[in-house]
Amino acid sequence: MSLFKYSAPSSFYPLAGRLVPWFGTLAFLLAVGGLYLGLFVAPEDYQQGEVYRIIFIHVPSAWMGMFIYLVMAMYALLALVYQTRLSAMMMEALAPTGMMFTALALWTGALWGKPTWGTYWVWDARMTSTLILLFLYVGYMALVNAIDDKKRADKAGALLVLVGSINVPIIYFSVKWWNTLHQGASVSLTQGNKMAATMLAGMLIMALACWMYSIAVALCRVRAIILERELHAAWVKDIREVRT
Amino acid sequence: MSAVLASEQELSTPERGVWLTLTRDIKLAMRSKGELAQALAFFIIVVSLFPLAIGPESAVLKRIAAGVVWVCALLAVMLTLPRLFQSDYVDGTLEQLALSPYPLPLLCAGKMLAHWLSTGLPLAMVAPVLGLQFGLDASELLVMVAGLLIGTPVLTMLGAIGAALVLGVRGGSILMALLVLPLYIPVLIFGAGAVEASLAGIDATANLSLLAAMLLFGLVTTPFAAAAAVKISLD
Repeated sequence: MSLFKYSAPSSFYPLAGRLVPWFGTLAFLLAVGGLYLGLFVAPEDYQQGEVYRIIFIHVPSAWMGMFIYLVMAMYALLALVYQTRLSAMMMEALAPTGMMFTALALWTGALWGKPTWGTYWVWDARMTSTLILLFLYVGYMALVNAIDDKKRADKAGALLVLVGSINVPIIYFSVKWWNTLHQGASVSLTQGNKMAATMLAGMLIMALACWMYSIAVALCRVRAIILERELHAAWVKDIREVRT
Repeated sequence: MSAVLASEQELSTPERGVWLTLTRDIKLAMRSKGELAQALAFFIIVVSLFPLAIGPESAVLKRIAAGVVWVCALLAVMLTLPRLFQSDYVDGTLEQLALSPYPLPLLCAGKMLAHWLSTGLPLAMVAPVLGLQFGLDASELLVMVAGLLIGTPVLTMLGAIGAALVLGVRGGSILMALLVLPLYIPVLIFGAGAVEASLAGIDATANLSLLAAMLLFGLVTTPFAAAAAVKISLD
């Protein structure tokens, strides 16, 4: 079996259909476990009190917002180099989820900032670059929606995402560059982490849950996109859910 | 157009592609001076609106001068971006350029250079006068002009990619703002940051160096990205 077998929409469609329930279930179970750990088991933070518990959704969303953009950049490269249609469809399927997580990260960050910093929003480097990331998602979706010719929309979107992906490292290093009000990262591989073990576990499990959720939703969405685009292909007419 | 169709002898140096589009676009720009003046007038008028909206206190104006000038420069450059490819796309010249034996990235580089010479450079030349209106001193004005001279080419180069991507797309100009403005933000931060730093009495070279780094990185990458974007739009 060649690795490229599943780069054809006709063979990826049923595979995605089989994978969705697995990732969906996994996401649900991890979210239940992570939320239990985060909301009931993890101790109260000695500085921030109960407010800190928003990190169990805030940090995973921020990670996913950035990570999904990187995944899109990878698909963009595949779409431009190998001219695979499916890669561009995956980008299109991932973008709304990435945008949702980025918006969620900003929203939860604002809710956390009010009681902790005393303000919903500060023009701090990391928040600002997350906002830019949100704009990048908006720009990509606007461009892809505006171009009627799907082939051109795919390639144009891929190029835009590649150019924009230069921005993602800037986001990551911005804390070091500008070094403003935003607290430095608490999870660090070099200095050992400053969090209680249960807090960290809860956060990591929630991150996994968000990851699995993203995969499940993106696969669902890509199936819809495949059906939409391949409506006139012969193989689509033989699918059970299309026939009935 | 005839200048683009090169003889085989000229082709021995593909770098001439830069020169060909550069001279051609400059010539075209000089023939429509009104269009050049429009961008400058826009820049000056919008900058002058801010004191009217905010009030004439000189301390406040001095604080916001760098940001206002840079944001207006961003918008002025963005509004002129269609000039890069739009008319060539409509009359088919762009297709001929893409088919010509010269490497398309070099042709795009020539176009970018011409665009910067006809927009970014004049903006940077006018900026000190506007800075004076906001009460900036000579040293701060110098930093602002230096920042604009280094930063506006980056705006042109990034903008060229966006301008090429939206060719022939409905709602192109608003769409281009959505694509291009987020990419402009780092230039804005460091450009305005340089003036802020010199206002605060700190050395501005760190900000200017970062701008210069973006310029150098853009020089080697954006012509290829713009050429790829042109090819996508011509498909």
